[in-house]
Amino acid sequence: MSAFKIFDITGSGMTAQSVRMNTTASNIANANSVSSSVDQTYRGRHAVFAAELSDAKRMQGDDSVGVKVLGIVESDAPLNVEYAPNHPLADENGYIYKPNINIMEEMANMISASRSYDTNVQTADAAKQMVMRTLRLGQAN
Amino acid sequence: MAISFEKAFGMHPEAMLVRDRRAQVLAENIANADTPGYKAKDIDFQQALNNAKSRQSGAMSRTHEQHFNISTSSQYDTKFRNPDQPDTGDGNSVDIHRERNAFMQNSLEYQASLSFLNSRISGLKKALTGGGQ
Repeated sequence: MSAFKIFDITGSGMTAQSVRMNTTASNIANANSVSSSVDQTYRGRHAVFAAELSDAKRMQGDDSVGVKVLGIVESDAPLNVEYAPNHPLADENGYIYKPNINIMEEMANMISASRSYDTNVQTADAAKQMVMRTLRLGQAN
Repeated sequence: MAISFEKAFGMHPEAMLVRDRRAQVLAENIANADTPGYKAKDIDFQQALNNAKSRQSGAMSRTHEQHFNISTSSQYDTKFRNPDQPDTGDGNSVDIHRERNAFMQNSLEYQASLSFLNSRISGLKKALTGGGQ
């Protein structure tokens, strides 16, 4: 019955979205983490999604395509360099380095991830109802 | 009058199989709504139902363990959906609202088949027991 596979699919979707939510949370939390060199500065992290088709399943002809997180990449957008000679973390030239994170972008990303997570939950819920009703088929109603 | 289960249930068991499979395909679309390069798929219900009704599984008998099993792959032909809008830049063609509506409609149709079967079964039960439990 395919309805059982829906739980695997929505489960993989929920995992992927929560990884995305996780990276967003750490981006937002570190948005103001200042450092005194380019190397030590926190950079925005983003999860990369890919459709996952299990080869073992494809052989059997009942493929199901879930989501997997290929990896988490660090953004290579330029860092925000600020001239603040009085800052305790300023380097010898008086510059501090702030992460390349756009808070607005991250907020939008968070909302999108949370909506997608919700959608997956609702899909699993609907699939559960289908299975439950099928199990009760033929019983007194 | 002979009671025939085949005739009593009509095409609903096959229809439910196809609906079940379609629910899976739509769930895949919903789960992959944010995956770059993913193309939305769907099942041609009419064709899948015809295949299911004629039991045309297209299965080949396997005489060796290393033969590929190509039985059910042709039974439910999944096709790519025509996107409503041009590519937004990441090659993903899932329209989440469309997919959610299709999923809801599909599960309602599944439940319609279920309640039809339920009433048929209770009718048959009544005929078998003579109405008095």
